[in-house]
Amino acid sequence: MSAIELDKATLVIGGATILSEVTLNIEQGEFIGVLGANGAGKSTLIKAILGLLPLKQGTIRVLGKPASRGNLEIGYLPQVHGTQQGINLSGREFLYSSVRGHRWGLPIVSKNDRDEIERCLHIVDAQHLADRPLGEMSGGERQRLLFAEALIGKPHILLLDEPLSSLDPHQQKIVIDLVGYLARELNLTVVLSAHELNQVLGAIDRVLYLGHGNAALGSIDEVITSATLSRLYEAPIEVVRAAGHIFVMSGGQVVERDHHHDHAH
Amino acid sequence: MLIDLLHYEFLQRAFIASGIVALVAGVVGYFLVLRGQTFAGHALSHVGFAGATGAVLIGLSPLLGMIIFSVAAGIGMGLLGERLSGRDVAIGIILALALGLGLLFLNLGQSNPAQATALLFGSVLAVSPAMLNDLIILAVVTLIALALIGRPLLFASLRPALAEAKGVSVRVIGIMFLAILALAVVQSAQIVGVLLVFTLLVGPPASAQLLTKRFLPGVLLSAVLAILQAWLGIAIAYNTNWPTSFCITALAALVYVIAVATHGRHVRA
Repeated sequence: MSAIELDKATLVIGGATILSEVTLNIEQGEFIGVLGANGAGKSTLIKAILGLLPLKQGTIRVLGKPASRGNLEIGYLPQVHGTQQGINLSGREFLYSSVRGHRWGLPIVSKNDRDEIERCLHIVDAQHLADRPLGEMSGGERQRLLFAEALIGKPHILLLDEPLSSLDPHQQKIVIDLVGYLARELNLTVVLSAHELNQVLGAIDRVLYLGHGNAALGSIDEVITSATLSRLYEAPIEVVRAAGHIFVMSGGQVVERDHHHDHAH
Repeated sequence: MLIDLLHYEFLQRAFIASGIVALVAGVVGYFLVLRGQTFAGHALSHVGFAGATGAVLIGLSPLLGMIIFSVAAGIGMGLLGERLSGRDVAIGIILALALGLGLLFLNLGQSNPAQATALLFGSVLAVSPAMLNDLIILAVVTLIALALIGRPLLFASLRPALAEAKGVSVRVIGIMFLAILALAVVQSAQIVGVLLVFTLLVGPPASAQLLTKRFLPGVLLSAVLAILQAWLGIAIAYNTNWPTSFCITALAALVYVIAVATHGRHVRA
């Protein structure tokens, strides 16, 4: 049984075709990096796997079952927005709110819930961070804490939406290494979206590249080629390899970096 | 001193009414501040003013008019949801219009200035036995409703995108909260008036959130601060002859300044 299975999936958001009859399989235990230009639909694909967006056609199956909201097999890290900055609650309180936060009733945390949270904090080595307010943490510390949140309830799949954005290169390395460690140790399937291929190079098993409704899933050598990427971008693309890095170029410009700054808003 | 005060029945009612309302305001206000929706709270109280004065005009009780208008406005704001966020100008204009309408209704109903002042700035010393009864019922309804949605409300407030993925309808929870907030605003307005609801709904929770990083202690502290401010405010007012609402607002501001100073020292340390 595949972890995530798209079968002729067509996804249209606001008139833009994000996926057009895309069929692909992500196997259990794989670490997939999702790449593509801004607006290619990386976050949208993750939301569709979570069952938050209806498909126009085709199916998405998660561990054999149709994608549906509230799937507890999935741990999810949404894209970070600045909204939590002003909140003076400790990291641990954020995690408390997440445990069975979908149930009705008083927000009271049981002993079992507390134990589960400490277990998850321990896995990512964030117990010492958890007493501090989220807004006062560095980007890397915050991601570490939120990974603990994503691990609550022992999910089999992690969907991480842009966990590396707004981190400096040093913190990016620490965070991506942590994701790799979690994937191996807990035998998780990980789908991680990122802006730049080089951020995830060496960590991911396969790459899923999105562009203009098309998707290419395969090893880096298979997908990151001039032919495949030119098809996805619908423009001539050159792939330049230098000093262990790969640069995706269009008309002499590095494609990914062009989109880096305007994305935070 | 406090014991002496309790010989008077109207003062007993003032203490009970303000205590109950402060409890509700402290608890509901905690979520209001957490969600950054204080402006919405302000708008609801102004709409409530139009409701109260309008109700008098057609022979209904002002409390009923206020409840209907505020809750309807709360649900309306919730339904507009995202489209309203960042529309401070639109809310501001509606807010002013509501207050203006309230003035018109007062004028048409030929109310006396004392009634207008009571609505705008509160009249805790004039709480009647019937009003106390109504406030108790409103408080119980508000707290039960909040208790029912407490868990998903906290989750949706702190982690909206994650809550949505886990099956919480962030939008529905948001609408329910604004309806609950409207009830809390109506109750607060009976004590400190339409214009000063912030002093119970925002002051104590904002102070509490500066003083503790934990949720449950924060909610309790917020409620305790609100109750103490209300009671001490009445006691000071009785002894100085200053307006009660002024005394409560002064205490709220004082506590907030202390909280900011304490928090600031904490962060720098």
